[in-house]
Amino acid sequence: MSQAINDQTSWLRRNRLTVTPLLFLLPAVLFFLVYVIFPIAESFQISFYRWDGLGEPRYIGMANYEELWTDRAFEVSLWNNMKWLALYLLAIPAGLMIALFLNQNVVGIRLYKSLFFFPFVISQVVVGLVFTWFYDPSFGLLNKILTGFGFDAVNVLGDPKLVTYGIIAAGLWPQTAYCMILYLTGLNAVDPEQVEAARLDGAKGPKMLWYVILPQLRPATFIAFVVTIIGALRSFDLISIMTNGGPFGTSRVLSFYMFEKALSEYGFRMGYGAAIAVVLFLIMLCFIAYFLWSMYQDEKGAR
Amino acid sequence: MKLWKSTAAVLALTLGASAAQAELSGELRIFSDMSNPAPRAVMEGMVADFGAMHPDLDIELTIIDREAYKTQIRNFLTADAPDVANWYAANRMRPYVDAGLFEDISDLWAEPEIADALASTKGAMTLDGAQWGVPYTYYQWGVYYREDIYNQYGLEEPTDWETFKSNCQTLLDNGVKCFTIGTKYLWTAGGWFDYLNMRTNGYDFHMQLTSGEIEWTDERVRQTFANWRELIDMGAFVDNHQSYSWQEALPFMVNGEAAAYLMGNFAVAPLREAGLNTDQLDFYQFPTITDGIALAEDAPTDTFHIPSGAQNKEAAREFLRFVVSADNQTKINAGDALGQLPVNSNSSVDDDEMLNQGFAMLSSNAPGGIAQFFDRDAPAEMASVAMEGFQEFMVFPDNLDDILNRMESTRKRINEQ
Repeated sequence: MSQAINDQTSWLRRNRLTVTPLLFLLPAVLFFLVYVIFPIAESFQISFYRWDGLGEPRYIGMANYEELWTDRAFEVSLWNNMKWLALYLLAIPAGLMIALFLNQNVVGIRLYKSLFFFPFVISQVVVGLVFTWFYDPSFGLLNKILTGFGFDAVNVLGDPKLVTYGIIAAGLWPQTAYCMILYLTGLNAVDPEQVEAARLDGAKGPKMLWYVILPQLRPATFIAFVVTIIGALRSFDLISIMTNGGPFGTSRVLSFYMFEKALSEYGFRMGYGAAIAVVLFLIMLCFIAYFLWSMYQDEKGAR
Repeated sequence: MKLWKSTAAVLALTLGASAAQAELSGELRIFSDMSNPAPRAVMEGMVADFGAMHPDLDIELTIIDREAYKTQIRNFLTADAPDVANWYAANRMRPYVDAGLFEDISDLWAEPEIADALASTKGAMTLDGAQWGVPYTYYQWGVYYREDIYNQYGLEEPTDWETFKSNCQTLLDNGVKCFTIGTKYLWTAGGWFDYLNMRTNGYDFHMQLTSGEIEWTDERVRQTFANWRELIDMGAFVDNHQSYSWQEALPFMVNGEAAAYLMGNFAVAPLREAGLNTDQLDFYQFPTITDGIALAEDAPTDTFHIPSGAQNKEAAREFLRFVVSADNQTKINAGDALGQLPVNSNSSVDDDEMLNQGFAMLSSNAPGGIAQFFDRDAPAEMASVAMEGFQEFMVFPDNLDDILNRMESTRKRINEQ
């Protein structure tokens, strides 16, 4: 009798250990497929077509990629992306310095911390505007200072050699604040006993930082690295606000170039824009793969 | 002027009568990009007037930010087409005409009231031998200058290239830049190219070049750039113009650091608001460069269209008739409204110094032809590459060969498609 009841228990009940996690995952997987995976696949597909977004798409094989290969504007954008990736990482040591400096107990330290964190809170658009005025060749503070010391005025945002560095400097301001806050929370978790023990062993200054503090900050460093890399690859709003990609396209990065070609007033070359997006995606994929691998290793180590 | 007004009144009466015969009902959905304060008031006023004429018609007006509209139009024309939509004339219509998204309204243009009164803009509305919309306003381009500074140094309005340059030299000798310009958003440099090329090589050549029939490396194009370079080498333009928008370039003229601005008539309002009075601000037509070449002008035209997916095309056609009617044209282009030029030749131009000069120039002193503007005459893709080249040329004139080769390869690629 009891055997019969057991047989009759539903399939769902018997497999609930497998089914429950799948059910919980389902909504997330669904959204991830619709909003991430399918669009990526579609970008790959569109990049083989010539399409203005209105008429019939026409298959042209690798022609968009062949054109990318000879497109100097694309080359400039790619190089600028590399500059962004390399220089944006300066936000990590800078954030660490400020965090170490602010990690003390004096009157009003909360206020100082908030002030340092402030640039991350305000919108990138505002940061862009502030720096545009700072660099302005006629009334900008930078040139007032330079001419005050007897140097020639420089038009940072109008000079094709300087413009990308000028925008990166603007981007570093909020990004440093972000890294700082990550390190400040990390420093809270530093084990005081280990610091005490190290001190008894005679460690101090740089050695204390390098061998005792930094290893404990590894999780914070990892997150800071991730958000900074992502931030560098997403650098769109500052460029749009500060130079609109100019002068003559010398401050464009891939994401901005993609937008210009595919979606701006003079664009609507969907296939070409998609080809740029695919290249950008492949670059991002290198980093994403590294992040995932690195997290996987951590998880394995934790077990 | 009086004669115009009376004929306008007669026309309005006949139009009103014909409108009353056709009782319009149902819903009329209008999408508009007239989002700046003055155009917005004009658009809302037109809807109110048209609604009063057709009480049974339910008009729904949606005003979209002018810049956002440029991308949104692609979506709503295909997905959820209104009955009437704003856009621009000439090649800018091309993508929508090719995709069959604009209604062919040649029948409207065959009606005598429109055919006669709007003859001057018919060419700008024609693609593939048919008309795809109606204009509602246009404005002149030309040189707006500081009359008081010119008087101070004893300069006259130039009518030839030599005087143009010698005026400029006098100004430079006195520490005043000849021209202000802000090329951050590129199109302002397109205006300079339009005029230099139309004056150097003529309207027909310019149209062939913008439509991709002539190589950018052509010797005649180089001559245009050589003329431009004369001004650049003199230092005629304000420094660091690549960092400014057209509005940010206005203060140079207001403060007297630069004496003139090659611009559209829309620059007059902010210049007046900044404090320049009628004795300080005046206008002249861009002077002749090559003798014997007929003067041609830029006069961008803004338009209304009926999407092919419209539901109430009958009411939409009636609205277009109303928009271009002489009375309405006089009203919406008046100084206290759009402050531009009416497209209906039976309308009267508001009594404004600049509008009068512009109207006289376009109606009697532009025998070469009326161009729309570089980024409306050239295909969008060509325009973006070329205008970037113009900006680079204005900063680094030595890069000319490289720039022209780049533009030429873009032209070839577009033509191959």
